[in-house]
Amino acid sequence: MINREQLEVRAQRARSSALVAIHAAGSGHPGGVLSALDIINYLAMHALDWHAYDAQDQTRSRFVLSKGHACPALYAVAAEEGLVSYQDLTTLRKLGSPLQGHTCVNTTPWAEANTGSLAQGFSVAVGMALGYRYQSIARPVYCMLGDGELQEGQVWEGAMCAAHYDLRNLCVFVDYNKMQSDEKVARIMGLEPLADKWRAWNWRVVEIDGHDYQQIHQAVNQSGEGPLVIIAHTLKGRGVSYMEGSPLWHGSVKLSDEQLKDALIELNIPKHTQERYFEHAVWAPEEHGYDS
Amino acid sequence: MTADQPALIGSSGDSLREAFGRSLVSLAEKDQRFVVLDADVAGGTGTHHFREAYPQRFIQVGIAEQNMMSMAAGLARVGLVPFVTTFAVFCLRALEQARLSLAYSCANVKIVASHPGLDVGPDGASAQALEDLAAFRAIPNMVVLSPADAHEVELATAAILAHSGPVYMRSGRSPAPRVLPEDYHFEIGRGQVLHDGGDVTLVACGVQVGRCLQAAKILEQKGVKARVINMASLKPLDHDLLERCAVETGAMVVSEDHNVIGGLGGAVAESLARSRPVPLEFAGVQDCFGESGEPDELAERYGLTPPHLVEAALKVVARKRG
Repeated sequence: MINREQLEVRAQRARSSALVAIHAAGSGHPGGVLSALDIINYLAMHALDWHAYDAQDQTRSRFVLSKGHACPALYAVAAEEGLVSYQDLTTLRKLGSPLQGHTCVNTTPWAEANTGSLAQGFSVAVGMALGYRYQSIARPVYCMLGDGELQEGQVWEGAMCAAHYDLRNLCVFVDYNKMQSDEKVARIMGLEPLADKWRAWNWRVVEIDGHDYQQIHQAVNQSGEGPLVIIAHTLKGRGVSYMEGSPLWHGSVKLSDEQLKDALIELNIPKHTQERYFEHAVWAPEEHGYDS
Repeated sequence: MTADQPALIGSSGDSLREAFGRSLVSLAEKDQRFVVLDADVAGGTGTHHFREAYPQRFIQVGIAEQNMMSMAAGLARVGLVPFVTTFAVFCLRALEQARLSLAYSCANVKIVASHPGLDVGPDGASAQALEDLAAFRAIPNMVVLSPADAHEVELATAAILAHSGPVYMRSGRSPAPRVLPEDYHFEIGRGQVLHDGGDVTLVACGVQVGRCLQAAKILEQKGVKARVINMASLKPLDHDLLERCAVETGAMVVSEDHNVIGGLGGAVAESLARSRPVPLEFAGVQDCFGESGEPDELAERYGLTPPHLVEAALKVVARKRG
């Protein structure tokens, strides 16, 4: 059972947090952050035991964000679980911050892999799943790939390996928002027929709406032979209407004060919370009673 | 080479890769944490010995080195100690994976590369990695080793397993003569004087250590007393030993089966530039690709045999006396 209402409230706050982080950093990839966020939010609440995260526990469930440039989504959700403070989010990409521009286990061990060069995180996740199987540890390994990331040959090396070893403890999401850095995926280097590609590699394939928590929940919890790929159809910029479907927010961009303000209003962040951020650089959305 | 000449590479002794494969087997019972990854070259890297003895700890990843390198980080993350084994050139193929997936997070993974340098022989330039030591040395957190003989490979394999963190270690393809004493003690970060002399120091790693010992004998006949150091540990480097030898002999020749740019020669030059600059000569491959041929023929063609080392030593001694 999932608490859909709670997930959605958290997602709205996490979207705000991720955009505040990108605004404070002066650069980031808001489109791909917002498309990935609901899945990460779901995993954090229902699959990862992040509320009881213990870096010494070698049998914990794992999640690798292979599309590491979307890490503001990971960090914002981690703030919901208390793994970082909300205020820490405003240090993203800055000197001395634990929140590096791509995930880094040296400063945030719960990120599980150092990413930033596409496809490597996926192979790391394959290694973790194989390592768990080897040690008879019955815990899942989750991973998220971007759609443009699938153009890296290493992804298909890892896909072949995971199926060969029947890694049914591995569950991989493809954040299929149909856009990559410069252009539509279909125009840069098309992926279709994408589900057939994974099936041909002997993966179980499920296609879902990557913003529908019920569908995410059902997809994650299906069992069967072989590794599972969930092709999640998502919307780049999801949740901020002026970003949704607009080509301006696909790559790395700077968010202006006005743009952030419009987004925070749309995400129902109270006025005084917004003002504290803009006037005092304090980001404290937890004080306004979402959880109660 | 005729039968009455001294044994060089390719003519006798155990190969370093065979020694590596057997070392894995002998370490396996004592240390249950490690697994061995192979990209379909087990017969070439010596890991077939391990595959036969411990099939359940041998992980075949297919011809996919990039995935192998990153996967090793995942295996390490969940508590195992993976040995990543392939040819040195294919480690270069997965260099960026070694950098990001392994070294950056200081993953406890051991990369052991066979087929380094001109020692590869007939496969030619495509397979002769002459850049690997330079490339891996430039990656933070990475320990870089190039042992001299089968005995040292055995000691080094145990040492890297005991070391926590990423390691790149060369083995070797061709049968190689034993050059280190029975009581040799290996330590990461330490060089060792194998032959003493006060006129010039010959610093070497890998197959070149044996050639330097032969060069020292020839030099002795010419009235030049050469000291020979085995510097299997390129990183961390034994700065103290280098400085002491620079002070005591005043001249050095660095020799390696590798490009003269960025490998052991580069490491020694960087070290001495900071402490005790002395005249240096670099007896390695002079920034060019190799070609097909037998290892000894290639060593002759590309300047790695004892006569070449003697020539370099005489030159650097002359520079010292200026």
